[in-house]
Amino acid sequence: MDFRLILIAVLVVSGVGLIIGVVLAVASSIMAVPTDEKVEALTEALPGANCGACGYSGCSGYAKALSAGEAPLGKCSPGGEECVKELSKILGVEAVSVEKKTALVHCMGSLDNTTDKMVYQGLDSCKAAMKLHGGVSSCSFGCLGLGDCMKVCPYGAISVCNSIAHIDPELCRGCSMCVSACPKHLISFVPLKDLAVVRCSNCQKGAEANKVCKSACIGCKKCEKVCESGAVKVENFLASVDSSKCTGCMKCVDACPKGAITAFSVK
Amino acid sequence: MIKTLVAVFLAAILTENYVLCKFLGICPFLGVSKKVNTALGMSAAVTFVMVLATAVTYPIYMYLLVPADLAYLETIVFILVIAGLVQLVEIVLKKYIPSLYNSLGIYLPLITTNCAVLGVTMLVIEKSGADYGYVHALVNSFGAGIGFLVAMVMFAGVRQRLESCDIPKSLRGLPITLVAASLVSLSFLGFGGLVENMLG
Repeated sequence: MDFRLILIAVLVVSGVGLIIGVVLAVASSIMAVPTDEKVEALTEALPGANCGACGYSGCSGYAKALSAGEAPLGKCSPGGEECVKELSKILGVEAVSVEKKTALVHCMGSLDNTTDKMVYQGLDSCKAAMKLHGGVSSCSFGCLGLGDCMKVCPYGAISVCNSIAHIDPELCRGCSMCVSACPKHLISFVPLKDLAVVRCSNCQKGAEANKVCKSACIGCKKCEKVCESGAVKVENFLASVDSSKCTGCMKCVDACPKGAITAFSVK
Repeated sequence: MIKTLVAVFLAAILTENYVLCKFLGICPFLGVSKKVNTALGMSAAVTFVMVLATAVTYPIYMYLLVPADLAYLETIVFILVIAGLVQLVEIVLKKYIPSLYNSLGIYLPLITTNCAVLGVTMLVIEKSGADYGYVHALVNSFGAGIGFLVAMVMFAGVRQRLESCDIPKSLRGLPITLVAASLVSLSFLGFGGLVENMLG
């Protein structure tokens, strides 16, 4: 066995490696791109979910805007208070409080309350079902229960039970992925505090809404009359609660003859 | 000359497609072909690196390794050189063309150890001879990259169709992807003899 051959091979390969290594080292020091340390630290402090709830293109986009002073703090709802504290430490400004919010499905059309108008055997997706006469549910505004929101939720906060989606407020981080996924636009944010919420999105006249769902808002305006703070308004035969005005007295919840308004409480 | 170059180019795309006929670079073919956009980005980066790697490794082999009687070190030296080259290109791009750097993104470092790139550089050397020189090698590697692009984009289309199909439970995911890949590969066998008869 000729050991010289092995030696030559080892030397040549390590020599090539050494040359390439030196060239790379020189190149990286000559052509180093100055990166903003602040941006890197901010990106590190953000949750890294790239959900887009802040309105920027991912966490790095928000970090860049923060560093440039173009974006306000507290836009990152998945990160919550702790994230804002970290960010303010890096930026050297005072922390602002984030209003905690959760996504809520504004529909209670489970199979107990409403009926299906057809037997659907198509794709297992709300968007696909929506194309076929607006979906399975006899209420054309209601939840289709095929779980498009559940599939996009990165935190596993959404479950579909009895043909209606539920969002667990404790798991929801407010990333708004489900809001854009729902073809019926049933999901919107409510602040995490004691307040009354309208769990219906049906804008039909009372009699028609009544026909399709047991818990539909019929626009009777009883809630509007009973509300002392002027938070409840009925428009287009559908009640809505202004969460900034709602005091959480829950009088409208008791007044609603259909049970379309429910109390939302934080434990 | 031009006629043979066209023949080399077409052969690299159709009859000698590196993914579908030589089965090189199957990893990105299965991994990054879920969407047409990412497939395009990946193939652009692969084409770029293939041409660049051939442009550098061919002279290294012909003018350094062969005269020094070290042709048996081809594989390991090529791996080293390609990896170093891609890193260098990444540094240069980051400095001078950041937009291209951002759009190639993670694909560039991923390709350093791609077997299709290594395969192209080694196979053109296997083919090299009196009537197959440096230009032929470059055209072949460019064609290989375009062939990779054709295969990726075509397969991305197939996979997007698969998404909306009712597939038996046991075949969902990777199994049906492999079946589809084999059928696409089979269809490329139909090109056999095409280039030789068309331009020969």
